[in-house]
Amino acid sequence: MSEAEARPLPAVDYLKIPADGDPYLEGSKCSACGAIFLGSRKICSRCAARDQMETIRLADTGTLYTYAIVHRSFPGVDVPFVSAVVDLDGGGTVKGNLMDIEPDPDRITFGMPVKVVYRDALGRKDKDGNSYLSYFFVPRE
Amino acid sequence: MSNDVYVVGVDMIKFGRFPDRSVPDLGAEAALMALDDAGLAIKDMQALYCGNLYQANAMVGQRILQQIGQTGIPVVNCANACATGATAFREAWMAIKAEVYDLVLAVGVEQMGKGLLGGGGGGSGIPKEGLLGGGTMPTVFAEAGMEHARKYGTTFEQFAKVSVKNHHHSTLNPKAMYQIETPLPEVMNAEMISYPNTKLMCSVNVDGSAAAVLCSERKARELGLMSRAVKVRASVLTSDPWQERDLVMPDVNTCTRLAAKEAYERAGLGPSDIDLVELHDCFATAEILHYENLGLCGDGEAGRFIDEGHAALGGRTPVNVSGGLLSKGHPLGATGIANIYEVTTHLRGEAGKRQVEGARIGMTHVIGLGSACGIHILERAG
Ligand SMILES: [Zn+2]
Repeated sequence: MSEAEARPLPAVDYLKIPADGDPYLEGSKCSACGAIFLGSRKICSRCAARDQMETIRLADTGTLYTYAIVHRSFPGVDVPFVSAVVDLDGGGTVKGNLMDIEPDPDRITFGMPVKVVYRDALGRKDKDGNSYLSYFFVPRE
Repeated sequence: MSNDVYVVGVDMIKFGRFPDRSVPDLGAEAALMALDDAGLAIKDMQALYCGNLYQANAMVGQRILQQIGQTGIPVVNCANACATGATAFREAWMAIKAEVYDLVLAVGVEQMGKGLLGGGGGGSGIPKEGLLGGGTMPTVFAEAGMEHARKYGTTFEQFAKVSVKNHHHSTLNPKAMYQIETPLPEVMNAEMISYPNTKLMCSVNVDGSAAAVLCSERKARELGLMSRAVKVRASVLTSDPWQERDLVMPDVNTCTRLAAKEAYERAGLGPSDIDLVELHDCFATAEILHYENLGLCGDGEAGRFIDEGHAALGGRTPVNVSGGLLSKGHPLGATGIANIYEVTTHLRGEAGKRQVEGARIGMTHVIGLGSACGIHILERAG
């Protein structure tokens, strides 16, 4: 079995897939002002501090901040889907698809608890045939 | 004499779809219309600031002069997303304010394709649209609208009423792309693009151009142009200050609030002094946010503001009497100067059936996502 078949690639660079452990989202926290960013960076765009960024593991739980229900998108994109902005517990905001819920405003509530799950990237492959792992949100009890 | 700057000529073409024409051709038409409005010629202009987004690397300003007169004046081409036209106008204003020139031409022009803007997601690997949420413009502004719904309970119906109002206004504007009434059920039952924005709640992608001739006070008096002149009381441009969610959720609110505060301060005016507003209704949800961002009503009152008709022609502060981006159309680079044309026309008392009676002071506002906010406050001079 080849390496490419054995291990999917991360859909975005702030999604980390450890060789021996569960996938997670990575962020950076400014130790000067506390601002949290997705992925790694060197300078804080809130307070402009340099070299004060510490790499952190973002939480896998959060709450729904806002959303849209997308009914029309580009060719090849399955609709409808729920585009969700989620505030993660402990800080950081991430955007992604809210899954396992009816795409209906009557079913979706602001502030609802969600969990970050890691699944295949909807079958999307790159030109070399590599599979990808992505992150999604699902309702949490 | 003051270093105040005046608009002495302004015009726009009727927005529409002109696939057989070129960008410089459309820009040249508006430039000549604005020069004619001022009673001046291209040889009177000392500089040209040209706003265009999709051909930002293609010397559009110079190509306009190649059509209407190559006088050797400095030309600056600028791009600033949907704030492109306002940025070109503001650069022209600044050049006169700095007393470098007395007469400057600003042109905004765009030729648009059809279909969705934004999204795409570029980069290597796999397409991200619909995988990591949505990045199309209707989706971004739907999420911003739903943030307002979360805070204040704003309803789908209230967002939809914005579109009913602006489409109604455009029936009175012969230069709008559309002159069609869209009753509330029609707006709400139109194809859903990104809830809560239906197709009739999305701005229209059209081709268009607009231009303005800006002039120093000294020169306007010398040329006898003051009777129809409109004074620029404030010209402000901001970018988006850091907000905790803005790396995943473009913020159109904070940069607008920052710009509005500065514009009112510079003009020595408040929201109650403003007789009409042309604001950036790229989507119906956006207009609701900007009632509050521009201080036309208090925070949380925007739903009531539209319900009670305060933003309609004849209301407390008529908003987008041109039909707005929703119905007049939104040729990105032209929009910021087309709204200067609209407000100026009212301040001159020349807006015909859609005239805001007795208008003395007006405001224009645009947002370029990413973000840039441009605000101008204009006042009748005569
Ligand atoms: Zn910081």
